[in-house]
Amino acid sequence: MANGWITDTLILLPLGGAIFIALAPLARLAAGLVALAVSLVEIAFWGGALNAFDYHSGASVQLQDTTTWFGELGISYHVGFTGFAIWLVGLAAIVMTAAIAYAVWVGRERARAYFASMLLLTAAIVGVFAAQDYLLFYVFWEAMLIPLYVLVGVWGGPGRLRATLMFFIYTMAGSLLMLASIIVLGISHHSFDMVGPGGFSNSNWIFLGFVAAFVVKAPLFPFHAWLPDAYREAPPEVAGVLSGVVSKAAAYGFLYVAILHFPDPARHFRTPILVLAAIGLVYGSLLAFRASDFRGVMAYSSLAQLGLITFGLFATNLAGFNGAVLQMVNHGLISAAMFMLAGLIELRAGTGKFDRLGGMAKGRPALATVLMTLGIIALAVPGSSAFAGEFMILTGVFTSGWAWSVIGAIAIVLAAMYMLRLISAVLHRSRGVAVTDEARDLRLPELAVLVPLLACLIFLSAWPAAVTDHTFGQSSGTPGLARLVSTNTYSTASGNHVIVLNSPNLMVSH
Amino acid sequence: MLASIHTPHVDWFAISPSLTLLGGSAVCLMAAVLLRPRDRRWFSAWVTGGAFIGAFVVAALLYDRSPHPQGAIANAIVRDRFGALAALIICGSGLASVGVSWRLRLKAHTAEYYALLAAAAAGMCFLVTATNLITLFLSLEWFSICLYILCAIDVDIEGSLEAGLKYLVVGGFGSAFLLFGSALVYGSTGQVGFADIAHSVAANGLRHDSLLVAGLAMILAGLGFKASAAPFHMWTPDVYEGAPTPVTGFMAAATKTTALVLTLRLMTTAFPAEKQLWTVALAVIVCASLAIGNLGALAQRNVKRMLAYSSISHAGFMLMPIAAGNALGGRALLYYLIPYSAMSIASFAVVAARERELGTAVTFDNIAGLGWERPFLGAALWACMLGFAGLPLTGGFVGKFYAFSAVYDRGWVWLVIVGAAATAVSLYYYFGLVRALYMRAPAPLGLAPAGGQPPRELALQTAVLGCLVVTVGSFFAVEPLIKLARMAASSLGY
Repeated sequence: MANGWITDTLILLPLGGAIFIALAPLARLAAGLVALAVSLVEIAFWGGALNAFDYHSGASVQLQDTTTWFGELGISYHVGFTGFAIWLVGLAAIVMTAAIAYAVWVGRERARAYFASMLLLTAAIVGVFAAQDYLLFYVFWEAMLIPLYVLVGVWGGPGRLRATLMFFIYTMAGSLLMLASIIVLGISHHSFDMVGPGGFSNSNWIFLGFVAAFVVKAPLFPFHAWLPDAYREAPPEVAGVLSGVVSKAAAYGFLYVAILHFPDPARHFRTPILVLAAIGLVYGSLLAFRASDFRGVMAYSSLAQLGLITFGLFATNLAGFNGAVLQMVNHGLISAAMFMLAGLIELRAGTGKFDRLGGMAKGRPALATVLMTLGIIALAVPGSSAFAGEFMILTGVFTSGWAWSVIGAIAIVLAAMYMLRLISAVLHRSRGVAVTDEARDLRLPELAVLVPLLACLIFLSAWPAAVTDHTFGQSSGTPGLARLVSTNTYSTASGNHVIVLNSPNLMVSH
Repeated sequence: MLASIHTPHVDWFAISPSLTLLGGSAVCLMAAVLLRPRDRRWFSAWVTGGAFIGAFVVAALLYDRSPHPQGAIANAIVRDRFGALAALIICGSGLASVGVSWRLRLKAHTAEYYALLAAAAAGMCFLVTATNLITLFLSLEWFSICLYILCAIDVDIEGSLEAGLKYLVVGGFGSAFLLFGSALVYGSTGQVGFADIAHSVAANGLRHDSLLVAGLAMILAGLGFKASAAPFHMWTPDVYEGAPTPVTGFMAAATKTTALVLTLRLMTTAFPAEKQLWTVALAVIVCASLAIGNLGALAQRNVKRMLAYSSISHAGFMLMPIAAGNALGGRALLYYLIPYSAMSIASFAVVAARERELGTAVTFDNIAGLGWERPFLGAALWACMLGFAGLPLTGGFVGKFYAFSAVYDRGWVWLVIVGAAATAVSLYYYFGLVRALYMRAPAPLGLAPAGGQPPRELALQTAVLGCLVVTVGSFFAVEPLIKLARMAASSLGY
C-alpha cells in the first residue's frame, strides 16, 4: 500500500487539471498549454509508477490504495495496477499527450471545454486501468463516454451527430448489461472488490454481461456498426484516442476481467469468441483494403487489430497474453499516430479520399518518412515491435489449434496489403487533384507530436521485452501469474478445478 | 362544557415543520393585503424562503431528536426519522423553488403564489408523517388543493388555466379512488390506523378478504395518480407543460417525494400481510411506467413535456425499491429521492430561465446553443441529464444502482433487466437534449434573445448551483447519505 499515492495522483491529476481549465478564464493557447503541461506531468508520474513497480510479481495488483465508498454493500475506491495495466496507462498518458499537443497546434475552438474534456478522458481511462472494484470500474468506464460524446459531437465533422448517436447507443447498451452483471455479482457475493475472493465467479451469465460491454467497445465483429462513422467524423486526434486507447480499455477488460476473473466461463466461450475475432480479423482487413480513404483504412484496420489482440487473449496462455499486451501498446501508438497524420493530410489537401490524393512524397520528405516508417511497423515487418507482438500472438494461439494461426497469418498478409495500398495511394502514384503546391511538408511542431510516438515504437522494436518481460512477472522462479491463479481457485472451489491459467499452455511460455 | 371534550396531547415539535411553513404562508397572505403591490413580491419571497429554511432546520432537529418512532396527536401522525427525512427533502425542494420563482412574472397574486407554495409544502410535510387513513386523505387534499391553484395561477396563460383544471379533475378522480379504497379497507378491518389495520388483518385472518384487497388496489391507484406512475399518469404531460415552470419543478420533486414516501410507509405498516400482492402489483406499475414514460419521452420536442415523461419513468425507477419490499429498498428509495429532487428542480429551473429569455415555450430546437451562451446553466442541465440517465459522477447513478440492487436482492433479475433496458432507451432523449445544448448551431434558428444581455438571475442560479452540489455531491458522499436513509428507514422496522 506504500506507493498507492502514485495511482491516486495518476487519476486525480488530470481530473484536477480538467476542473481548473473548465473554471479558470484562460485564453485558447493558455488552456491548451496548461493541458499539455498536465499531461506531461502525468507521463512523469507514470515513470514514477514504472520505477516503483515490482515486476517479479507483475501479475499481482500493486501500488494499491483503498478508501471506503459505500461500505454497507462492500464498495470501495480501490485502485492499483497489474503489470499489464501499467503499460496501458503509459500508452494512455503518451497518446493523450500527443493528442493534446496536436489539438494545441491545430487550435481547437472553445478551447477550455475541449481541453477539459481531454483531461477528463485521460483521468477516466487511467481509472479504468486502475480500478480494483467492479463498481468503480464501471464508473470510470462510463465516465470515458461522457467526454468522448462531447469531443466527437462538438468538434467532429459534418456527420458527427449521427456518429455520436450510434457510438453512444451501442456502447451504452453494452455497458448496461455489464452493470446488471456487476449488480448480480456484487450483491450475491456481498463484495464488489476485484482482488478478494468475492471478485471471481464461474457464472456464464455474469461473464456474458461483461463481454457484452467489451465486444461493443473494442469492437469485435458484428458489433462494429458504430465504428466507421465514429472514426471518420471524430476530430483526428480524438479518433486516434478512440482507436488507440479507448479500444484498449475493452481489450484490457477482456484480459483482466473476463479471462482472469471468470476463468471457467472464459474457457467455455473461448471458441465462439475466437470465431468472432477471426471473422473480425479477416473481414476488417478486407474492408480496410477496400476503404476509399485514409481514415477508413485505419478504422477497419482497428477492427482487424482488435480481433488479433482478442485472438492472443483468448489463446489463454502466457505467450498469447504477452503478445496481446505488446500488440495493444503497438497498435495504440500506431493508430494514434496514423489518425493524427491523416488529420494533418486532411488539413493540407482538404480530403482523405485516395482518389484525390497521391504523389505527396515528392518534396515532402518528412511526411513521407513518418508515414512510411509507421506503415512499415504497422504491417509487422520482421524486426518491428508489431512483428514481435503478432508473432507471440500466433505462437500463443497455435497451441489452441493450428488453424487459428493460419487465419492470423493470412490476416497479417492482408495487413501488408492494405498498409502498402495506403502508403502508395498517399505518397506515390501521380499527384492527386487535391494535392497542391501549398500542401507543405510536415512542420516542426507537427513532427514534435508524431516523432515521439514513432520513437516509442522504434524503442519497442529494438526491445520488445521491455513490455513482455515486465508484464506477468515470469522472470523469477515463480510464475507471476501464480498469484492470480491462486486467487482464481477460490471461485472454482465448487468442483471443476481446471483453471485456465494452470493449463500446461502456461509452461510453454518463454 | 368544553372540559368534557377529550383533547389529545399535542406534540407540537412533531408538527413543527408544517407549522413553520404555515406561519410563513399566513404572513404572505397578510402581505398580499397590507403591503403595496410592488413590495409584495420580494417580501413574500423572502418570508417563504425563510420559512423553508426554518422548516428545514426544525426537520433536521426532529430527525436528530426522534431516534424511536412514537405516535403523536392521538396516533394520527407519527414522529419519526422517516417522516423527518422526507420533510427535509421537501423543504430543500421548496427552498430551491423559491429561488427559481424569484423572477417569475405574475400580473397579480404574487404574494398568494408564495403563500400557496409554503402551504402546499406544509401539507406534504404533514402527509409524510400520517399514520391513519383519515390524516392521509386530509393532508393529501390539503396540498393538492394548493397545487391546483398554483398550476392555474398564471391566469394570463391559457395553458396554465387548462393545466389547473385538468389537474383538478384528474386529481379529484385520484382522491376519490383513495377515499373509496380507504372506506373499503375500513369496512373490512374496522380500523383506520395503519398499524391497527395490520393487527386486525392478522388477528381476524383477513388476508384474502376481497373487500380489503379491492381497497388496497384502489389506494394504490390513488397514490399512483399523485406519483404520476403509469397507468395513472395521463395528466402529467399536460399539467407539467401548462403550469408555471417553477411550480412544475416543485411538483416533480416534492409531490413525487411525498407520494412515494407515503406509499412505502403505508404498504409496509398497514399491509405487511399482503406483501406478496402489492409487491407484484407495484412491479407491474413499474414496468408500465418505465415503458410509457420512456417511449412517450422519445417523441417529445417540447422540453417540459419530455421532462414530464421522464418524471413518469422515474416514478417507475423509484417504485422499484418499494416493489422490492426489503430493507435495501427502503434505503434505496430515500437515497434516490435526494439527487432526484435536486435534478428535477435544477432542470426545470434552466427551462424556466430559457423561457424567460425567449418568451416562448422551450423546445429542443430553441434551446440549441444554450450550453455555449450560458455555460453555467448549460452545464447544470447537462449534469441533470447525466443524472436522470444514471451516469456516473451524479447521484442518479448511485440511486439507480441501489434501486437495481434492491430489486435483485428480492430475486427479480428480470426487473433489473427491464430497468437496464429502460435506461438504455432513456439515453436517447436525455442525450438528445445534451446534443441540442452543445452540438446544434443556434444561428439558423434566428432565436437570439430580443436584445442585450440575458437577465441576470442570481436567485435562480444560486438555486441551480445548490441543486448541482446535491446532485454531484450525493455521488461522492454516498456513505453519510445512506446512513441517514438507513436510520430513517429503520423507523419502518427495516
